[in-house]
Amino acid sequence: MPELIGKPLDRIDGRLKVTGGAPYAYEHQVPNAVYATLIVSSIAKGRIVSMETRRAERTPSVLLVMTHLNAPKLPQLEGQPKKPPTGRVVQVLQDEVVRYANQPIGLVVAESLEAAIEAAHLVEVKYAAEQPELELESRLSQAAAPQKVGGAQDPSATHRGDMQAGMAEADARIEHVYSTPFEVHNPMEPHATIAVWDAPDHLTLYDATQGVFTDRARVAQLLGLQAENVHVISPYLGGGFGSKGPVWSHVILAAMAAKQVNRPVKLAVTRPQMFGMLGFRSQTRQAMAAGAKRDGTLTALSHDTVCHTSTFDEFVESASLPSRMLYATPNNSTSHKLIRSDIGTPSFMRAPGESVGTYGLEAAMDELAYELKMDPLELRLKNYAETDPEKNLPWSSKSLRECYRMGAERFGWSKRSPEPRSMRRGNALVGWGMATSEYPTRRSPSNASARLNADGTFSVDAGTQDLGTGTYTIMTQIAADSFGVAANRVKFRLGDTLLPQTPVSGGSQTAASTGSAVYLAAQALREKLIQTAISDARSPLSGESAQDVALENGRLFSRKDPSKGETFQALLARGGQPYLEAQASAKPGPEKERYSMYAFGAQFVEVHVDADLGQIKVARMVGCFGAGRILNAKTARSQLMGGMVWGISLALYEEAHTDYRLGRWVNNNLAEYHVPTNADVGQIEVLWVDEKDDHINPLGAKGIGEIGITGAGAAIANAVFHATGKRVRDLPITLDKVIA
Amino acid sequence: MSDKSPGDLSVSRREFVGTAVAGGAATVLPAYGQVTEPSPELVACTLTINGQREDIQVDPRVTLLDLLRERLHLTGTKKGCDHGQCGACTVLVDGKRINSCLTLAVMHEGSKITTIEGLAEGSNLHPMQAAFIEFDGFQCGYCTPGQICSAVALLDELKAGAPSAVTPNVAEVRAIEVTDDEIRERMSGNICRCGAYPNIVAAVRAVQSRSNA
Amino acid sequence: MRQFTYTCPKTIEEALKAHTSEAAFIGGGTNLVDLMKMGVERPARLININRLPLTSIEEHEGGVRVGALVSNSDAAAHAFIRERYPVLSEAILAGASQQLRNMATMGGNLLQRTRCYYFYDPSYKECNKRTPGTGCAAKQGFNRIHAILGASEACIAVHPSDMCVALSALDAVVQVTGPKGDRSIPFREFHRLPGSMPQIDTNLRPGELITYIDIPPITYARRSTYLKVRDRNSYAFALVSVAAILDLDSGGTLRQARIALGGVAHKPWRATKAEGLLAGKKVNERIVREAAEAELANAKAYRHNSFKVELAQRSIVRAVIAAGEKNA
Ligand SMILES: Cc1cc2nc3c(=O)[nH]c(=O)nc-3n(C[C@H](O)[C@H](O)[C@H](O)COP(=O)(O)OP(=O)(O)OC[C@H]3O[C@@H](n4cnc5c(N)ncnc54)[C@H](O)[C@@H]3O)c2cc1C
Ligand code: FES
Ligand code: FES
Repeated sequence: MPELIGKPLDRIDGRLKVTGGAPYAYEHQVPNAVYATLIVSSIAKGRIVSMETRRAERTPSVLLVMTHLNAPKLPQLEGQPKKPPTGRVVQVLQDEVVRYANQPIGLVVAESLEAAIEAAHLVEVKYAAEQPELELESRLSQAAAPQKVGGAQDPSATHRGDMQAGMAEADARIEHVYSTPFEVHNPMEPHATIAVWDAPDHLTLYDATQGVFTDRARVAQLLGLQAENVHVISPYLGGGFGSKGPVWSHVILAAMAAKQVNRPVKLAVTRPQMFGMLGFRSQTRQAMAAGAKRDGTLTALSHDTVCHTSTFDEFVESASLPSRMLYATPNNSTSHKLIRSDIGTPSFMRAPGESVGTYGLEAAMDELAYELKMDPLELRLKNYAETDPEKNLPWSSKSLRECYRMGAERFGWSKRSPEPRSMRRGNALVGWGMATSEYPTRRSPSNASARLNADGTFSVDAGTQDLGTGTYTIMTQIAADSFGVAANRVKFRLGDTLLPQTPVSGGSQTAASTGSAVYLAAQALREKLIQTAISDARSPLSGESAQDVALENGRLFSRKDPSKGETFQALLARGGQPYLEAQASAKPGPEKERYSMYAFGAQFVEVHVDADLGQIKVARMVGCFGAGRILNAKTARSQLMGGMVWGISLALYEEAHTDYRLGRWVNNNLAEYHVPTNADVGQIEVLWVDEKDDHINPLGAKGIGEIGITGAGAAIANAVFHATGKRVRDLPITLDKVIA
Repeated sequence: MSDKSPGDLSVSRREFVGTAVAGGAATVLPAYGQVTEPSPELVACTLTINGQREDIQVDPRVTLLDLLRERLHLTGTKKGCDHGQCGACTVLVDGKRINSCLTLAVMHEGSKITTIEGLAEGSNLHPMQAAFIEFDGFQCGYCTPGQICSAVALLDELKAGAPSAVTPNVAEVRAIEVTDDEIRERMSGNICRCGAYPNIVAAVRAVQSRSNA
Repeated sequence: MRQFTYTCPKTIEEALKAHTSEAAFIGGGTNLVDLMKMGVERPARLININRLPLTSIEEHEGGVRVGALVSNSDAAAHAFIRERYPVLSEAILAGASQQLRNMATMGGNLLQRTRCYYFYDPSYKECNKRTPGTGCAAKQGFNRIHAILGASEACIAVHPSDMCVALSALDAVVQVTGPKGDRSIPFREFHRLPGSMPQIDTNLRPGELITYIDIPPITYARRSTYLKVRDRNSYAFALVSVAAILDLDSGGTLRQARIALGGVAHKPWRATKAEGLLAGKKVNERIVREAAEAELANAKAYRHNSFKVELAQRSIVRAVIAAGEKNA
């Protein structure tokens, strides 16, 4: 039986998805359900003075108009420890204070969606508005350092060597400020929940969530329920990109409303409402300084990030992290500072920190390369970090040099003419740029179970999620290999708190965490099958040694004499068991203390910039990654490619435009909040290095969901500079900035 | 904090959990006097959906999208924006692709509507569905039904010689040369936040060239 | 969405009769349904005009007559329009998406309303176009997509249509019928500048129905182009757009240029100043640039849209040069 792991197996859930048969959260058919819609604040700061709800209440088929005036109180809201990513402070109609624009301030439930929406429209709200503050640049003096940053709770500031001395001894220096905008995740599936009270103290949620268990814990905590009494179901997810990691207000509100009307309640956040209450990426202001010797050796590198958090909660866009570990420089300093603004709480968005942080760092490296008149790739190689310079630990594995080489070769980097504005095709200025990608490899404790059924098929369970990342498929592959069967003999279930407990799908950790658990569970079941056979006198394999027994094609057999063996069914039937089962837990071990664990990559980009009109097109991208063991060549390629498309978006398109006077994002829709269309994405090639890493986890897999966006923004920005000779240090690079 | 909230509505944690079956009746409407707005006048309408005749009585405010999803339980057609800005709701009406979120159900009296659920023939996938699987033309799958409906219509538009914004010289009426750029432009009314675009182009190309072979 | 009664008349007479004070005709619905969902438009009665016999494209007095209910995509793909008025096909194809163009009608496209954020979302208090007398939030707000020509103190919104820019350059005529009979409205008089009454987009009177759009015979209209400059390559409204149609003599001298701009004003902006300066000239970049500068001389920019002034000039140059390179 050929190994399935690594093979480009078609998605297991593909058929359901292309036929419209996969139920996403809002699509579960729940009898007797009614429709809820949110009312959100149109001011960013102040108080609600009055809410006139009578017209809404008199609308036919309206069942409930819930505001802070009549919402049940949730006493456990106060003073709860905040446990990111699920423990965000929510706004669930407990007071009249408006803290940000688009904050939920009410909710209407009706028999029909149309009635609910119209009634919500009829609620008249009077505010006592105050001037919101959202500016970054003018309030830098208010910035304060947070305690910890990032998913690994790293220190917020670090210092290595002597930055000043390093700059002083440099032959070439750059000092620039780079900025990135507010960005909103905008998964195609809007956040949605169906809340069903099966009993007064038992809640079932069909929720669009990236973490059924973290969802359960937080919902139970806020509503004062036993965790076991909250059942979260999320078999399909229309993207999340971090936004469906935390439990946001609407989930709690749906449950509160369902309790009030004593009916199941369906609540979907509308696209415009998605801008503000569901997390987003904060603006960043990144001050970079770098100095190098004439030969390119870095003597100093610093990266100081300022970003926003809300007035009532804390999240740091940890953009300075890449500058700690990517280059071997003796003198290094990094910091993060937060400004409290009248916004919802920012949150994890695809490669939090790293996405925009690699932009600041890798754009600065590009500028330094021009200062030095050195090839940008040369400069990177010159400062290649053989060990983690910050943690002083060896890498668990690092194939970055190979990524640079393979990517450059595929792209044809050596044919680049170094001068900016030196390549042209018709009206288009052609530019080539490159940058480095990196993303930490993480894992969390996870569980899984595996079972052999009487019909010879296998059931494998883990509560985890598939955001489009391929979880269904890779878990099936991992398990099938252990049992020596084809993928269609394994049924993998996920997205349900009745299944074994797993972590949130965030930080690119699902394959490493839950993949490892599935692997261990499958291996344990395999052992159990073998043990059962060899210790049973009635089995043809009785007395064989375990190592000599193989599993293939639905059989156990002796390697020494393949004719000696039996089918799985026979094994079960003889024992009289309906099934055989094994469970496993996979936990991070001491590897974290011994190794620094990252995936790396290199990206090369060609852009075409209209010389007069400033319009930019990404003609082609080549990304090469070293991300450990690739579990499915097809879905992995898609993940990495999707990340690179996000890089295009970061560099050229995305920005929530702020009206600072009103504290609102004016383009809160998909017509004006630009993400790439098909026409914006040229040719994308994804390569990877065959990387073996025995240290990180039993599978040797690093995450691939996020690394694709890292470096991509910088590579494109660097290509635009190479095309035009104009350095735009403020993303996104829209045409007005190019022609300015 | 809401000192104005009527005391009987602010329940303690215990009570909050406990009131479910009692029904939280205090707040369930109508509680503020009689309903004054008239109920919506329902409109009778007949449409054919995936070959099946549907006689419906519907509030004229109901969009075709909400009719499909919430009343006929055909949830394969997705709601991504509800404002014509994403293409997730794309269906075929009399063979043409449209955004079902910006049209009212009652406007389709007599129309033949095909949704993603109606493309396969029995267990045989439509070639476009199969190609989306083969080329991994999706990740989360939420934009996918719209993409596939769009792509199916696109092939007909190409056959009919309809030009696009990137067709080199629209003034010359002739067969369209099918390039990647043509497919990209023609698929641009379907946003894919997962970024599956290159694979979508590959899938459409494959079906297009196979159907010509 | 407010409740409404629904009718679907089969004749123009019935349609006109059905139109009471709070009624609206619905064509493709791509703008009206959107605005009803937003709560900007709240008609009490909806008149579906799609069954009216206004769906053909015919030769008419040497030009073409397009029914108000022809879909944007059918118009763009029509051989007659492609061959004689390619600028119109190009302009339509540059807008929205194929799905939307399949739904959108010719009449509805003319009447689509501005995409100004502050107009589109009634939770913004200030908008003279939506609620006269409330002010204009865009002037002090985020105004990157707003007007640089012909705006007023009351409103700086732009007309979002691509198609209308081409129709303006083609001097189309809008045929309407209403309770008081039929009228022909020259395209340049169809849309309005905002002045002190930005709530009124066009000179169509209440209850009037657009029946046809007539495009006059223009022998040289094949030498034309539509250029759309936008933030992404597809499915985005224009920041600036240009329709250019050139009448060149055999020696390369311009007898007449027809130039219209989109994305810059409350209506499709006919660049008559530039046209006047170009008439009788041989086309080259410098001459066109001068004409473009003259056209934009009175441009007034706001905080975030000053780039449009330069962009419009460059776009005129690019479009006129490109049109000149085409065969008539
Ligand atoms: C996401 C999105 C992107 C878009 N992008 C673009 C773009 O890039 N470029 C562009 O040009 N457009 C774009 N559009 C706008 C689109 O072109 C218009 O919505 C469309 O042309 C309107 O036509 P309709 O038939 O759907 O109008 P409807 O929505 O039916 O009607 C619009 C208005 O016209 C009235 N009306 C309709 N027909 C008649 C008639 N015959 N007589 C009198 N009154 C009538 C209606 O009462 C209503 O007030 C976009 C739209 C969307 C939703
Ligand atoms: S849901 Fe219809 S276009 Fe987005
Ligand atoms: S597959 Fe997720 S949005 Fe397209």
